[in-house]
Amino acid sequence: MTTDTLAPAPLDPRSWLYPTPRGLYCEPGDFYVDPAVAVPRAVITHGHGDHARPGHRAALATPETLAIMRSRFQDMPDTAQQPLKYGESVRIGDVDVGFAPAGHILGSAQAVLAYRGQRIVVSGDFKRRPDPTCPPFEPVPCDVFITEATFALPVFHHPSDAGEIGKLLRSVATFPERTHLVGVYALGKCQRVIRLLRQAGYDKRLWLHGGLVPLCKLYQEHGIDLGDVAPVSDAILETFKGAIVLCPPSALADRWTRRFADPIAAVCSGWMGVRARARQRGAELPLIISDHADWPELTRTLTDVGAPKVWVTHGREEALVHYARSIGIDAEALHLGGRDEEES
Amino acid sequence: MQAFAHLLDALSFQPARNAKLRLIETYLAETPDPDRGWALAALTGGLDFPAAKPALLRGFGQEKIGEDLFALSYDYVGDLAETLALIWETDPAAGPPPTLGEVVETLQRASRRETPAILKRWLDALDATGRWALLKLLTGALRVGVSARLAKQAAANIGRQPVDAVEEIWHGLSAPYRPLFDWLLQDGPRPSTNAGGAFLPPMLANPIDRAELDTLDPLHFRAEWKWDGIRVQVASSGNVKRLCSRAGEDVSKAFPDIIEAIDFDGVFDGELLVRRETAIAPFNDLQQRLNRKSVTPKMLKEHPAHVRLYDVLWLEGRDLRSLSFDERRARLEAWIALKERPRFDLSPLVSFRDWADLAQQREAMRIDGIEGLMLKRGDSAYLAGRPKGPWFKWKRDPMLVDCVLMYAQRGHGKRSSFYSDFTFGCWRDSADGTRELAPVGKAYFGFTDDELRWLDKWVRDHTTNRFGPVREVTPELVLEIAFDGVARSTRHKSGVSMRFPRINRIRTDKPAAEADTVDSLLRLVP
Repeated sequence: MTTDTLAPAPLDPRSWLYPTPRGLYCEPGDFYVDPAVAVPRAVITHGHGDHARPGHRAALATPETLAIMRSRFQDMPDTAQQPLKYGESVRIGDVDVGFAPAGHILGSAQAVLAYRGQRIVVSGDFKRRPDPTCPPFEPVPCDVFITEATFALPVFHHPSDAGEIGKLLRSVATFPERTHLVGVYALGKCQRVIRLLRQAGYDKRLWLHGGLVPLCKLYQEHGIDLGDVAPVSDAILETFKGAIVLCPPSALADRWTRRFADPIAAVCSGWMGVRARARQRGAELPLIISDHADWPELTRTLTDVGAPKVWVTHGREEALVHYARSIGIDAEALHLGGRDEEES
Repeated sequence: MQAFAHLLDALSFQPARNAKLRLIETYLAETPDPDRGWALAALTGGLDFPAAKPALLRGFGQEKIGEDLFALSYDYVGDLAETLALIWETDPAAGPPPTLGEVVETLQRASRRETPAILKRWLDALDATGRWALLKLLTGALRVGVSARLAKQAAANIGRQPVDAVEEIWHGLSAPYRPLFDWLLQDGPRPSTNAGGAFLPPMLANPIDRAELDTLDPLHFRAEWKWDGIRVQVASSGNVKRLCSRAGEDVSKAFPDIIEAIDFDGVFDGELLVRRETAIAPFNDLQQRLNRKSVTPKMLKEHPAHVRLYDVLWLEGRDLRSLSFDERRARLEAWIALKERPRFDLSPLVSFRDWADLAQQREAMRIDGIEGLMLKRGDSAYLAGRPKGPWFKWKRDPMLVDCVLMYAQRGHGKRSSFYSDFTFGCWRDSADGTRELAPVGKAYFGFTDDELRWLDKWVRDHTTNRFGPVREVTPELVLEIAFDGVARSTRHKSGVSMRFPRINRIRTDKPAAEADTVDSLLRLVP
């Protein structure tokens, strides 16, 4: 707890954690958080490609995140891997490093950094609503909270997951002779959508594009029950009429789709809430399912963590900075390179 | 309201016609009266209440989240109604969301002063999609890609009736159309047609070419010029005076000069044209007057509308459709001879000895405003739809131009994995004296499925640049484009716009440098 730092801290947090071209650097620990390039020592919040990159000499992450990285980066034999469970902590240099659940995807964590009585939480990507594939976000009281801002505009109110899955199932019932192709990001979104379909009572076989298979296996190995799933390439005498097929969003407009019966392109993403964006992506059935916090979640989180200082990074910083200042928080934008909007 | 909102939402993202039909059918079959009737009215453009002003919506938004955040939000979304729908939060204490019937009936009664408070209550009770649909309804622009005709088709489909059977009684009905649904779904009586005032589904012609003509006896056929305007039906009975497009869409508001000139009782088939003195103006001039809610006096003076009549369906309370073409024609000629009407005249018959003679006249006729010839059997009754045999259109051969493929865009639905929308250009001299391509048009049909596969592969293999769903290609492929007309245009970069362009042939044999120039295209402007 930070009760001993209620008085203005003499220490400037920017003096020990600051952005550099290689990424967010923690000087007294000599490590980077989610660096954009390979570095000697990295602390990784979660497995998405714009946070976890290959080639670090040493990487500290949750056991699940390390498993995801091994699956994506050919086992990473040249990286010294240091697993750290949620709630545990380890000292690197003069800094205590711990992880708290971020609720974003399997293994996703907030990095909790403590140095000379000051605590900074790097939230990484997070969301607040329940996700059947990972533990929920835990607010950690801190002096500085570094928040993401992917959907930081008041127009982003992600509707309920159940409602969006209902939209998909209603479309399947209305067009029973067509194939529903559902564009999902391979890590996290895919498995969450499968679990949501199962929760909604859909127990038929779900077909997978080849690019989704390895991470689905990994989730299953971590005890996430995906039910009856099978790769499209295994299908024999299958017409896919009335079927739900999951694929990466990029495959929706690919020649790969020509094997299916008059397909309908569904896209699962937080961006689908804005019509122009949904049209731009060619979605015929936009489903607003996001692994990132929406505006009410982002603003509520600022109150929940109670940090007097907030740094806002990747996304629409301006609106969240404006909001935070309006409720008396000392907020500013923190510019980090190498972030990818596609994975939202 | 929520069910209607889901329908509009699904329609707005669904490009395919059949899928849109299915969505509307499902909604109409599952939704009780009167909501489905109000929905049908909304989709056919038949709802009318005072539109909400943008300033009101902006004020709502600023009040909710403050000016700065609202400005940032609107800037990102780009649509005022959508922005407001998204930033507003559902209030669980607001009670159940309103039904569509409640919304329509309340708005029709409410005064302008009461509207804002009512609106806020509904915004609180609806979800984001519901709010979006409500605001679209209120701002008078649904823009979900559904024509009145398509909505009527869906209604007809749920009762297993032909759309023309709905069309024929449509103008005698009013929202929320309870008798219509009783008839379609519950064995109720068919609502009566409103005689002279009703829209009568038009008779359409099939295309024919020179070779096929030789299988027909010229003595059985009458010929007329095919005018390059818009097919309309002029209907008048009692207090009703109406001008409808061939799809049954009421276009009276855009043509008050025609409506004013109606002083008769009957239903006529004819071509809407812009006519100055005796000359028919190019199609472009007519287009200036279409799709306008109000017409300025200047418009009326500079683009005077005119109807050239070629058939009579009803006259003074009598249905003439079962008579032969020759008999109807005789009545039409006798009627028009009775009184001079400057806004109406008769489309003359073209006399001919045999097909060769007619072919010669068709070739010789090169004036603007004529698209070809119509051939109608003298003994043909006036039948709704496109019956095979009695009527033919023998269009003028299209003009051809060789263009170079510049950009390709992915299609929709079945074509979403194919590059199927093609933008092509012609050569012109650029400012620095070199030759450059200027885009002159866009075509997405005219090719076979095999040719589409070939074009798709060619585009993928020759891409030089990508802009979202659009690919720029190396300017190497010559496409022979067929089109029906060309006009000068200030809206197009090249200064020309083509009418009905389609891909006639893929000219892999022709080098791109030998494609046509913008100048040669401009020379075809009449």
